[in-house]
Amino acid sequence: MDRRDFLQFAGAGLGALLLPVYGRAIAAEELLTTVDVATKKRLADAALEAAKADGATYCDVRIGRYLRQFVVTREDRVENVVNTESSGVGIRVIANGTWGFAATSDTTTAGVAKAARQAVTIAKANSRLQAKPVELAPVKGVGEVSWKTPIEKNSMAVPIKDKVDLLLAVNAAAMKAGASFINSTLFLVNEQKYFASTDGSYIDQDVHRIWAPMTVTAVDKESGKFRIRQGLSDPRGMGFEYLTPKAADKVTLPGGAVVYGNSYDMVEDAVAAARQAKEKLKARSVKPGKYDLMLDPSHLWLTIHESVGHPLELDRVLGYEANYAGTSFATLDKWKEKFQYGSEKVTLFADKIQPTSLGAVGYDDEGVKTQRWDLVSKGKLVNYQVIRDQAHILGLKESQGCCYADSWSSVQFQRMANVSLAPGEDKLSPADMIKDIENGIYIIGDGSFSIDQQRYNAQFGGQLFYEIKNGKVTEMIEDVAYQIRTPEFWNACTAVCDKSDYRMGGSFFDGKGQPGQVSAVSHGSSTARFNGINVINTARSLG
Amino acid sequence: MGIFTEQEAKTILDKVIKLSKADECSASLSGSITGNIRYALNSVSTSGIVDDTQLAVQVAFGKRVGAATINEFDDASLEKVVRRAEELARLAPENPEFMPAIEKQEYKPSETFSAKTAAITPDYRAEVAAACIEPCKKDKLVAAGFLSDNQSFTAIANSKGNWGYQKSAGVDFTCTVRTDDGRGSGWVARNLRDVEAFDAKKEIAIAMDKAKRSAEAKALEPGKYTVILEPAASAGLISFMMFGFDARQSDEGRSFLSKKGGGNKLGEKLFDERVTIYSDPWDKDAAVVPWDLQNDGLPRERLDIINKGKVEYLQYSRYWAEQKKKKANGLPGNLIMLGGDKSTAELVKSTKKGILVTRTWYIRLVDPQTVLLTGLTRDGTFYIEDGEIKHPIKNFRFNESPVIMLNNIEELGKPVRVGDDESPFVMMIPPMKIRDFTFTSLSDAV
Repeated sequence: MDRRDFLQFAGAGLGALLLPVYGRAIAAEELLTTVDVATKKRLADAALEAAKADGATYCDVRIGRYLRQFVVTREDRVENVVNTESSGVGIRVIANGTWGFAATSDTTTAGVAKAARQAVTIAKANSRLQAKPVELAPVKGVGEVSWKTPIEKNSMAVPIKDKVDLLLAVNAAAMKAGASFINSTLFLVNEQKYFASTDGSYIDQDVHRIWAPMTVTAVDKESGKFRIRQGLSDPRGMGFEYLTPKAADKVTLPGGAVVYGNSYDMVEDAVAAARQAKEKLKARSVKPGKYDLMLDPSHLWLTIHESVGHPLELDRVLGYEANYAGTSFATLDKWKEKFQYGSEKVTLFADKIQPTSLGAVGYDDEGVKTQRWDLVSKGKLVNYQVIRDQAHILGLKESQGCCYADSWSSVQFQRMANVSLAPGEDKLSPADMIKDIENGIYIIGDGSFSIDQQRYNAQFGGQLFYEIKNGKVTEMIEDVAYQIRTPEFWNACTAVCDKSDYRMGGSFFDGKGQPGQVSAVSHGSSTARFNGINVINTARSLG
Repeated sequence: MGIFTEQEAKTILDKVIKLSKADECSASLSGSITGNIRYALNSVSTSGIVDDTQLAVQVAFGKRVGAATINEFDDASLEKVVRRAEELARLAPENPEFMPAIEKQEYKPSETFSAKTAAITPDYRAEVAAACIEPCKKDKLVAAGFLSDNQSFTAIANSKGNWGYQKSAGVDFTCTVRTDDGRGSGWVARNLRDVEAFDAKKEIAIAMDKAKRSAEAKALEPGKYTVILEPAASAGLISFMMFGFDARQSDEGRSFLSKKGGGNKLGEKLFDERVTIYSDPWDKDAAVVPWDLQNDGLPRERLDIINKGKVEYLQYSRYWAEQKKKKANGLPGNLIMLGGDKSTAELVKSTKKGILVTRTWYIRLVDPQTVLLTGLTRDGTFYIEDGEIKHPIKNFRFNESPVIMLNNIEELGKPVRVGDDESPFVMMIPPMKIRDFTFTSLSDAV
């Protein structure tokens, strides 16, 4: 996960506007327009024909328009409002059994035909260095179809003034509740993607995402101490309806902390964040040792992301990411022997279909219909995440639909699907779960995270830590991080709450590849218990 | 679009400034051509060229600011982008922290361009890939690497007559070499302005050697050890620390440089007296463009950041500088840390017991109060005894603050250039021998 792009952008200035990943800045009303499907089909056909005429045995065309809006505030002021657009066409071909790719912002039929021919030329040139020809799992053409994120309220249609008013109300509430500082942001995304291929598919998709992060800081000048509590919202594949709080989506956890499901009360969370940031200043420092951890879904998503989502990406397993993100401990021999990845309580599934998730789309970026499949079934490793040119390695007849490119100008490759922990089958609530824990820590919200290049050794922090003694939350504690070895950690899972507790977290910025690309992905779970996990104390003194 | 000459860039930016009807107008025009080749499993996986040029225009009516960008440069497009920025400015709320455009500056050019780097061809990239893949194949090793080269230009102008133009170029190379049984892994990286000094054959030999020598790793107990951090191993830690040098954050009480009771620690000695870090856009080995685009084009200067252990500099934004009656500076683009004359190998020779760390990985901030960072060693970690590398050891997770680390210096070696993958800054950074470096757990990862 790489938030550096976002942080750089939030810094604003003329330089920030030049970051190519975010495209050109546009006026707000342009965020509402879409390009006519017939025009896109005409362009796509021009590219497909040009590629075939030059000898491509396969071609896909992605016509993309990527819209983003940022509203950045602190305390009583707006720091920045930016709308950006990036549009163009990416063309991928197979010629002489080798991939070739070219992209252009020239969206004329002549422009895309030229790019298609360039892609074929590159494929032919690279075929000299190709050890084995590309083996592509078949996909049946679906004709002309469309898919849209089922949003209730298009975020791009909400006036900027309403967004600014919301954030400033959030900030005022936090300051009134005792925060020293607050930074709050709205980050809205609309990907308008048209995919066409020589398989006979013409797929028009309209994908929406929303994220409303905030950082609340409490400073105690006298002691020189400061503490941060980040918002407990999650980025979602939703429209602006996510920010209209519904009582049914609010969850009060044992000990009193409040978390959210399919809608988010940002003002209420800002008040809680201010109070809890101040409480953190005075909280007792944790005694290091072994604890039973009770991990809320607002926290557990990131542990799933790092210790399950990444090691089960097949390109990492094979070695294609060795120079950057690394390889994986979950090698093919482990898969063949049904390696005990976790305890019997642990079933981890991948999908690109969960409603409101960041990964949800109708079809992936190589025209494969999305689906759900198990990665770890009752503890045993049973599958990976693959795309069309990897399916044959596992003996699969079709791709699972994990292909994604973060821009029209980036080549699509295997990216993480949503990867989630299946809820427990027996009825169990967090209130039931805590009753049996004698010496534990309850962790809510994601914090610092780090994992090695084969995804064995990881360390995670959090936002809120509560000591559990003899079945009850006693007090807030601080300076907590836990260290795991992935298989031991998942084998230490002794209970998972039922589906009524299932919630999602996620990331807008999962980084991979060279040159780097980002993708957005969700991870769902119910609260889960892990026994005897190593907790360290992270407090240090600078003298 | 390619790389615009100074005259071409000036013609465009002059038109933009003239078109604006706002109280003031600033604009920047930047373009780059970036080429790359990526390979893995001893085979080329992707290669490409990205050509990107963009114009950014920022206008202000009073304290209302609007900005827009475009990648077309005909007269109609220039008119469109200026009007769009003006329209957004009229809709924007007043920014209480608005700062007017900077006055005309005299930027002293720095040596950031290399014609040889700008002339790199796809054939050259393929040769580099082949120079890494071929010897690995012969030696039962597996190479995965990435070569990225770029040439670029940047130009800025504003309605107060400010003007600057400069061209740059650079090469960044990384390669990971693994034994075919997956038990050993080595790595090498080079960051250069001028590709002439790059020799892929020489570099790949380093990664191959480390891969072979790291194959029979033994486990050491986690704990505090004397370490020799190669430049790539400490660059990420020191870069992270630099984010705490923001004056406003320090004054607000939310940096490790905040002072108990209020204010900041400017002028205090916080590090070993051998620690001197400065920034200099004209440094011959690590030159950067002499202005800071993030701060409206403020000139960069030679700045002593840490001098003999004492904090000499905090980064004031233009707004915060005005509030605090201080001078605002362009954000440093490079960091130069002084060291000694010894190579990493010579530091090893003078070490009785210790650990040599090739690089660190997945570094994240655990506690901003103390800049406590966690991360892992990777691609070549070795045990040293009596001045010799005895055997490879399993990788460690560390939990350490660079502030503490820079108080535990035993010896510093000769600085080398590091950038891109390892740091957002171009750095000249020495190998360091550090005592009591904190490893908290073992990793099975190779």
